[in-house]
Amino acid sequence: MKLNGARILLECLKREGVDTIFGYPGGTVINLYDELFSFKEIRHILPRHEQAGVHAADGYARATGKVGVAIATSGPGATNTITGIATAYMDSIPMVIITGQVPTALIGNDAFQEADIIGITRPCTKHNFLVKDVKDLATIMKKAFYIARTGRPGPVVVDLPKDVQIAQTEFHYPESVEIRGYKPTVEGHPKQIEKAVGMIMQAKKPVIYVGGGVILANAAAELVALAKRLGIPVTTTLMGLGAYPENDPHSLGLLGMHGTYYANMAVSHCDMLIAIGARFDDRVTGKIASFAPHAKIVHVDVDPTSIKKNVRVDLPIVGDVRDVLVKMLKVADEIGPDAKACQAALAPWIAEIDEWKAKHPMTYKQSTSVIKPQYVIQRLRALSDPDAIVATDVGQHQMWTAQFFGFTAPRTLLSSGGLGTMGFGLPAAMGAQAGFPERQVMVVCGDGGFQMNMQELATIVQNRLNVKIVILNNNFLGMVRQWQELFFDKRYSSTCMELPIDFIKLAEAFGATGLQATKVEEVDEVIKKGFATNGPVLMEFKVAREEKVLPMVPAGASLTEMVLAS
Amino acid sequence: MRHTIAVLVENEFGVLSRVVGLFSGRGFNIDSLTVAPTNDEALSRITLVTRGDEQIIEQITKQLNKLIDVIKVIDFEPEHAIEREMVLVKVSAEEQSRAEVLRIADIFRAKVIDVTPKSYTLEATGAPAKVSAMVELLRPLGLKELVSTGPVVIGRGAKAWKG
Repeated sequence: MKLNGARILLECLKREGVDTIFGYPGGTVINLYDELFSFKEIRHILPRHEQAGVHAADGYARATGKVGVAIATSGPGATNTITGIATAYMDSIPMVIITGQVPTALIGNDAFQEADIIGITRPCTKHNFLVKDVKDLATIMKKAFYIARTGRPGPVVVDLPKDVQIAQTEFHYPESVEIRGYKPTVEGHPKQIEKAVGMIMQAKKPVIYVGGGVILANAAAELVALAKRLGIPVTTTLMGLGAYPENDPHSLGLLGMHGTYYANMAVSHCDMLIAIGARFDDRVTGKIASFAPHAKIVHVDVDPTSIKKNVRVDLPIVGDVRDVLVKMLKVADEIGPDAKACQAALAPWIAEIDEWKAKHPMTYKQSTSVIKPQYVIQRLRALSDPDAIVATDVGQHQMWTAQFFGFTAPRTLLSSGGLGTMGFGLPAAMGAQAGFPERQVMVVCGDGGFQMNMQELATIVQNRLNVKIVILNNNFLGMVRQWQELFFDKRYSSTCMELPIDFIKLAEAFGATGLQATKVEEVDEVIKKGFATNGPVLMEFKVAREEKVLPMVPAGASLTEMVLAS
Repeated sequence: MRHTIAVLVENEFGVLSRVVGLFSGRGFNIDSLTVAPTNDEALSRITLVTRGDEQIIEQITKQLNKLIDVIKVIDFEPEHAIEREMVLVKVSAEEQSRAEVLRIADIFRAKVIDVTPKSYTLEATGAPAKVSAMVELLRPLGLKELVSTGPVVIGRGAKAWKG
């Protein structure tokens, strides 16, 4: 039976197991929406801005591990998706973004609402497709999903002209696709793995350094098993938080600019650094020349371009992180001493780290007169479900969440790590809640980032998404203010947001519940009430205005040159 | 270091801009670029000349390999490859220099493809060093216009390089 392009697209999504999509209608996708009207197998959520729609699909993907799907119309609809696409690209999130396009005959003619979205998205997608013939549509969709989720995952754009949605053809969804130029190496090389384990066993001061790749590869359990087997301490990037439980004694927590003193010291003094699914971002390494200066570096990554991009590597292993970790564990069992002997051999190193931990723990100065943002984060952890999902925006609150929440499970922190996108948190939480309606989902925002996509309160309320919104309100663009305080002589140029917005009334205007805490003793009360209230709740905490994120490694300095909290 | 890199790609629209965008997006420079279809209709071959230290060239080849439409990338070692380019060069040829232009053309086995009372236009092919040697000899005689293909490269020996 012949189907039109719009219907074929929906059938393809169904066959890829897509149950939820986030999209915004418009002239060039009106045929697609017409088909969607009677296609009940896929839930469609209408955001209030296309950027938020893409962030929501991204949050859905990060939380569930499935491919996120977003739809936008041509021209302005499509260009509004760019920030969302670039965010997903930087963090390697599997997504397929479908954009409408003017009819093929009008492409290139400056037609109404035309934009060269293939050209515009080329540098911020893993790949993109313009569908010129309805006969190619099914194969292109199969390829799009395959590319998005395999190898190093990433966003793929499918640009779909209006006439292709109308044209009809026989529908056949291919079982598999063959792309000549795309053969990601997923199996780690056995010899390299064997060599790596040999090197690691000889190290006296090893550290495992983990990035978001471990979470993307669903390899957290394998990571924990290997670290435990060998007795090696683990530090993570922001994107890696949750891959290794932070309540484990061998956890070093966050590394880098706002990382723990002991993680930064351990990396600066280690003789072996095992980097897994991490790409040595400048926020992690500080001054490259003095990063892990005594260490041999083993780097495991599915993306060969990540290896040796920023730092020298002594032993590269290209492959799926999970595959490599499983094989490393097997080799360790075959050639190495048993777990007990491994752990005993590293006892002096662990003792050295424990000393650093005791000397400068991750801490802040509590106050009785003003709410400290770190305190709010700690109370959120204490009063929320163990499997609660936390989205964040970008800025000080994001770092405090990373430092003080204590993540213990993968896919529970959703944060824009690579691009640092303000306005990401609220829609990402919305997407996560759509993926896990039964789980507790909260977003921690600053007052600045919240205002970048606060229109999504409408989407959250309309779709009864039970998102708990936490605003740490210091009436500042806090992180920039902090830099201005430390490095620009307190010249607070345009970082003060003094306007007295009534966030409670704002929440109520959208039909959500609004709660506020201005005193320390109100914090628990508001959090408990917020979690106990059914439906979307906005909890505003008026926090210490000039609190800083500490410790901090100034940009370009070495990891050992930290400004400490104490 | 100068490197000549050959890239075998899908013969589809937009592929060249992906390749070029990769260079511009990372601040790498392209000295020359040649693109044309191959004996396999579905494929095009890009030959590009770029510069960089070992680390930059490694990143360039890895990033090229990462593009979905790229099938193969080879960073040719000069001793294992044959490089050729073609130039068309328009030279002033007034009375006193006409014979000299022809003499140089003859030495380099260039062909005269257009003649006027004031100029010769020559066509020359060869290794980039040979071609540029000829151009340098012609320059003092009055180089009016020069257009070059940039090098193309093929590996030495019987082994061919397909998809």
